[in-house]
Amino acid sequence: MSVAPQASVAAQAGAEVLLRALKEQGVEVIFGYPGGAVLPIYDAIFKQNAIRHILVRQEGGAVHAAEGYARSTGKVGVVLVTSGPGATNTVTGLVDALMDSIPIVCLTGQVPTHLIGNDAFQEADTTGITRPATKHNYLVKKSEDLARVVHEAFYVARSGRPGPVVIDLPKDILINPAPYVGVPETPHRSYKPQTDPDPALIEQAVALLKRAKKPIIYSGGGVINAGPAASAALVDFVRATGFPVTNTLMGLGAYPSPDPLFLGMLGMHGTYQANLAMHDCDVMLNIGARFDDRVTGRLNAFSPNSTKIHIDIDRSSINKSVHVDLGIVADAGKAIAALSAAWKKDKTKVDSKVLAAWWSRIEEWRAKDCLRFKQDMSKGAVIKPQYAIQRLFEITQELKREIFITTEVGQHQMWAAQYFHFRQPNRWMTSGGLGTMGYGLPAGLGVQVAHPDALVIDIAGEASILMNIQEMSTLAQYRLPVKTFILNNQYMGMVRQWQELLHGGRYSESYTAALPDFVKLAESFHAEGLRAESVDQLDDVIRRMVTSEKPVIADICVDQKENCFPMIPSGAAHNEMILGPEHESQSVGVTDAGMALV
Amino acid sequence: MSNTLERMATISVLVDNEAGVLARVTGLFAGRGYNIDSLTVATVDVDRLQSRINIVTSGTDMVIQQIKAQLDRLVPVHRVSDLTHEGPHIAREMAMIKVVASGEPRVEALRIAEAFRARVIDATTNSFVFELTGNTDKLDAFLDLMRPLGLAEVSRTGVAAIARGARTI
Ligand SMILES: Cc1ncc(C[n+]2csc(CCOP(=O)(O)OP(=O)(O)O)c2C)c(N)n1
Ligand SMILES: [Mg+2]
Repeated sequence: MSVAPQASVAAQAGAEVLLRALKEQGVEVIFGYPGGAVLPIYDAIFKQNAIRHILVRQEGGAVHAAEGYARSTGKVGVVLVTSGPGATNTVTGLVDALMDSIPIVCLTGQVPTHLIGNDAFQEADTTGITRPATKHNYLVKKSEDLARVVHEAFYVARSGRPGPVVIDLPKDILINPAPYVGVPETPHRSYKPQTDPDPALIEQAVALLKRAKKPIIYSGGGVINAGPAASAALVDFVRATGFPVTNTLMGLGAYPSPDPLFLGMLGMHGTYQANLAMHDCDVMLNIGARFDDRVTGRLNAFSPNSTKIHIDIDRSSINKSVHVDLGIVADAGKAIAALSAAWKKDKTKVDSKVLAAWWSRIEEWRAKDCLRFKQDMSKGAVIKPQYAIQRLFEITQELKREIFITTEVGQHQMWAAQYFHFRQPNRWMTSGGLGTMGYGLPAGLGVQVAHPDALVIDIAGEASILMNIQEMSTLAQYRLPVKTFILNNQYMGMVRQWQELLHGGRYSESYTAALPDFVKLAESFHAEGLRAESVDQLDDVIRRMVTSEKPVIADICVDQKENCFPMIPSGAAHNEMILGPEHESQSVGVTDAGMALV
Repeated sequence: MSNTLERMATISVLVDNEAGVLARVTGLFAGRGYNIDSLTVATVDVDRLQSRINIVTSGTDMVIQQIKAQLDRLVPVHRVSDLTHEGPHIAREMAMIKVVASGEPRVEALRIAEAFRARVIDATTNSFVFELTGNTDKLDAFLDLMRPLGLAEVSRTGVAAIARGARTI
């Protein structure tokens, strides 16, 4: 047992104690929005300089900003909001962070303890509302608990499978004197996630992999969360094996793209080669991914003949939807390091002939060139969205700058995942699990706060961007030059695509009439507005956007009816993938059962 | 793998006695669509402020494993044990059963109560309250017999369970 840290003698006000605990936790930035219940905290913030406060324009934006900050730095993102509506506005962001395993500490104001339960002004049952929206939450009812709870919350948020933690702070707790305690020696009484892999299981995994005839390595966001060293270890391990590797949407950047061993992203809009290799493999190694339904397609047809190894820090992810043969609970980084060591130790030779045969099948699939598209280059021709992303990638690569990409949700998000390539982890911020429209702009804001000199681009859709457009004002206030690159198809393109493929072309409510003029909108937010209406204008707009020192909205008018392919329709199997119009037609794997799925 | 075979499971969970912990557990079951057939909770360690929650649930083996794993990752949870799976265990519940009857049914109710070793803890000229402890099947059987005899009200504790032998949670 640890010795309880001594409470300091001269007690400060709760709000001061809170800030002191945040400082001790290494917090440099808070994304927040004030209100009555948290005024004591704002007073304490006013009196110090160590922690910077970024005033967002809506609390939902604060959580996404903290997510972008966290995901691009590996640190815990911190949010501060008032009680009632301030707290309820954070719920979407909290669930987003929960689904994508992003470490967040969200401080919410609460009415004074003696009013709790009285339907007081701006009272909401925040711990009740956020219980299923967080990894854990706290209501601080006693001043002596305050500092301990803050330290605990940070520990819970960042350890094991990271996630959001809410601390609900009644106003009297913030005003009354509270004792300070430092970070305890034993971080937690009950929460002690397992991070070291069982060596015997690692040996078994290596034995399976060495004898594999058609292996595949499938890695996810867990590798990113395990830190940059884990991604580097993944690269070494993959290269030592010579096996094909694919990443989930959340895992992009863990393995550099393009690369001969990299098959691209897998899943609903993944590549032909990645999905068919997953379907046909005989040994699958999943590291830090969770067999999400966007990845597996129809479960009973998912990779039917493979022996599956699953490494995850969250035991409940193992055998949740897909039965695996070998489950290993561990931190992804530690597990990959152990795999590499065991791979060297196990002297079994990989059968290079069978592996070569497997690769030649994969190369046949790759030769389909499933992401091929046709761009008419004549003057005045309509811009294909894929081409816009491809050019954005190519032009930004010419710059010698750190580049971070965030996205909104929809077709543009999938095209970004397909046509923008990442060579490093933590450079790609997207809402994967929850699929939250409105994520990308505030997330980009958070990224830019953490990386002031980097080029931060939100690849957006014209519908999504309107969901948190108010954060343009925050960008202006703090001179954060985030670029918003809108693939404007005037449709909720992903909705339109499903309606075309699954609902007989009945485009119910998926067209947005009366969109704003994004150029003028940018200007009114003190940003630069640009527009490309045809292919000949595209490069110039991209170049002006990336060289501007201001926030920019680039309105890229793209083909309105373009669909995102390849696609595994809901309820279909990996080998029932639909390819784009560039490819010979094939049966569409859409079923009535699939239509009922999301 | 017996992917479709459902089984009952009695799961014991040792938790920190903090506010909202029961809501976390029941919310987990509701949110993920697991069954709760019985649930009991009480403080078992006053010094360390720990409570024990006993849950009787059912599902396929994969679902039961998932329930265990989901419970285990709740922050205030210390231990999760699937008593049904991990060896022999004992499960008991207690019920207070009110029978309102007179004449022959009343006599019959008392006779059956004796056979079940139920205790009479309250009696009036036209009613009894029986106290009966046993496993769930025994309580159910007793209630079935009391129903035609004037069963009026039941209060059950739900299942408390513990492993046999020296093994602890
Ligand atoms: C908050 C929220 N509401 C609804 C949806 C459902 N949805 C998914 S994609 C999409 C359309 C997005 O349109 P746009 O931003 O223009 O992107 P596009 O698909 O056209 O590229 C909608 C409505 C969602 N993901 N998030
Ligand atoms: Mg659109």
